[in-house]
Amino acid sequence: MSLRQFCAAAATAAALAFTAASPAHAVTEIQWWHAMTGANNDVIVKLANDFNASQSDYKVVPTYKGNYADTMNAGIAAFRAGNAPHIMQVFEVGTATMMAATGAVKPVYKLMQEAGEKFDPKSYLPAITGYYSTSKGEMLSFPFNSSSTVMWINLDALKKANIAEIPKTWPEVFDDAKKLKAAGYSTCGFSGSWVTWVNLEQLSAWHNVPLASKANGLDGFDTVLEFNGPLQVKHLENLVELQKDKTYDYAGRTNTGEGRFTSGECPIYLTSSSFFGNVKAQAKFNFTAAPMPYYPDVKGAPQNSIIGGASLWVMGGKTAEEYKGVAKFLTFLSDTDRQVYIHKESGYLPITKAAYEKAKAEGFYKDQPYLETPLLELTNKEPTENSRGLRLGNMVQLRDVWSEEIEQALAGKKTAKQALDAAVERGNQMLRQFEKTAVK
Amino acid sequence: MQKNAIFQSRLLPYALIAPQLAIVLIFFYWPAAQAVVQSFLLQDAFGLSTSFVWFENYQDLLQDADYFATIGRTFAFSFAIAFSSLSFALLLAVMADKPLRGGTLYRTLLIWPYAVAPPVVGVLWIFMLHPSLGVLARYLRAMGVDWNPLLDGNQAALLIILAAAWKQISYNFLFFLAGLQSIPRSVIEAAAIDGARPMRRFWTVIFPLLSPTIFFLLVVNIVYAFFDTFGIIDTMTRGGPGKSTVTLVYKVYTEGLIGGNLGSSAAQSVILMVIVIVLTAVQFRFVERKVTY
Repeated sequence: MSLRQFCAAAATAAALAFTAASPAHAVTEIQWWHAMTGANNDVIVKLANDFNASQSDYKVVPTYKGNYADTMNAGIAAFRAGNAPHIMQVFEVGTATMMAATGAVKPVYKLMQEAGEKFDPKSYLPAITGYYSTSKGEMLSFPFNSSSTVMWINLDALKKANIAEIPKTWPEVFDDAKKLKAAGYSTCGFSGSWVTWVNLEQLSAWHNVPLASKANGLDGFDTVLEFNGPLQVKHLENLVELQKDKTYDYAGRTNTGEGRFTSGECPIYLTSSSFFGNVKAQAKFNFTAAPMPYYPDVKGAPQNSIIGGASLWVMGGKTAEEYKGVAKFLTFLSDTDRQVYIHKESGYLPITKAAYEKAKAEGFYKDQPYLETPLLELTNKEPTENSRGLRLGNMVQLRDVWSEEIEQALAGKKTAKQALDAAVERGNQMLRQFEKTAVK
Repeated sequence: MQKNAIFQSRLLPYALIAPQLAIVLIFFYWPAAQAVVQSFLLQDAFGLSTSFVWFENYQDLLQDADYFATIGRTFAFSFAIAFSSLSFALLLAVMADKPLRGGTLYRTLLIWPYAVAPPVVGVLWIFMLHPSLGVLARYLRAMGVDWNPLLDGNQAALLIILAAAWKQISYNFLFFLAGLQSIPRSVIEAAAIDGARPMRRFWTVIFPLLSPTIFFLLVVNIVYAFFDTFGIIDTMTRGGPGKSTVTLVYKVYTEGLIGGNLGSSAAQSVILMVIVIVLTAVQFRFVERKVTY
């Protein structure tokens, strides 16, 4: 290409771009950064396309920004550079960080109010929105994809080990895991992903025991960790004991060990309900998802579980017109049929009561009762201070620190009590650091 | 003697080096200066509240026993990686230096691993040695070795050292081979005629003559182990189990990017920068003296 040709081509391209950017009437673009891949990415694209087709004033542009942590970091970096997206998908553990950033985010309840959109917080499932609301019930971010911890069970393995009933309590799980081990599952009786989420965060909520003071941080950043109590210590002691002969076998901090369930190695596996897609695609055995086990000697257990997943945060500093579009889009997402669609396609939970009822009425859970398990767990009882949710700053790093200590206990380098004491102490230091930087 | 032999104008030489200077200033000094500034600040992740705290970030670090453990671990890792990678590469290079059938093919194949990106190296080794996915791990377990790097810190450290050293072997191999080929044959032949056996010839003739290459590679490998093992650690162990595979660079990353604690992260970067400057200076001042060029 000669220089002259190049210049001509560039001029044409610029002219084209200019025409494209100035259509008959201005469409307000709404940037949506997300972290969904595969089938869930398709759901996001379809939602955006449907919304764009339903009206002509706004255009939602979804962009994949990497995994949850990457997306959040990209959003933070963009905000610092002055060009944050309008909507950002942030995982549940980033909630405190986002919430502390007053001015960087626009609370959803305020957004809806100012845009004049019809918005009834009561129509959403409290177990889900509670995680993303203030203690007064004001919704800060919009729950998008939610899941909870369930116990995935290899039914064929249970049959092989002559176990008639799906275990309900932790002692039953331990007994059954020993039987399974004897029946040939010698490397792993049971295991789980997200070691702190399952064995500290959910365990505490499920037994109505505090993980941290101030309603697990929901009531203030001056929260103090409290998960070195007798229940959590006893549970970790049990895991340490069972790790010795691989009745329990640690499967890592995140969900990289999930293949051990689908490959048939670990017949009982505690992880997110959103594992469903992979189980369905890969497991060559009959399976189900049961509620998390509990310790029967704890009074009132089981309480209710807490959610995992992500929510949509609206970023601050945008124009009123843009916010109007965002508000319309959130209303669009809350639509009952659309929620049912998201629920069925992605396996994530519906966020409105109406959508849950509708899925139920359609008989969606008849064939696949295990898809209702996380909803039953979440709505098992009215949430208490200890089971509404968590709001701890630096949560991603906190989890790493807790995992480190749990690993030390499982490796026999510390006792369960020492490990959890250290996890609490180190975690508290980080919380104080976060409190210092949080905007007052 | 005339000083401005070539340049008529006084400004011209400055103008000529200006582009290079600009690049160095913008891409090296400016970010480094920003890190130094950031290390004196306490700031939330979004940059909404900033307070100047003098040396508080440094104080916190230097009072943290954990931080010193990380420094020690990083040095141990670096020496283990540099030593194993250098010695293995030298062995391969000495063998490849002999007249072999298909020698070129053999040499080419040995260079391949260098083209593999660190995170991919991590994934490759995971496929071999992950306790539940790994092919080799199954054999190890079948042989009765309690292989579980998810819980055993020493095994995890070994895994990182293996993968990191493996990746660097090709690079070292290439330089060693070039170094070996530049040694005059006549010197080796003279030693042979004097009755020196291959091992003696290697240690008394070849090895000293190779020392500039070894020195250069030592510096490069230690810097590599300090900085470029990040991708391997992130894909293989994420610093676990416990803290047994957290190195200085990995700590900078987790605390700055994941934890959003930019002040401490910047302070750590500055300390890291100082360590590497000192290390390189020491290497050039003291080790280089003993090197025969």
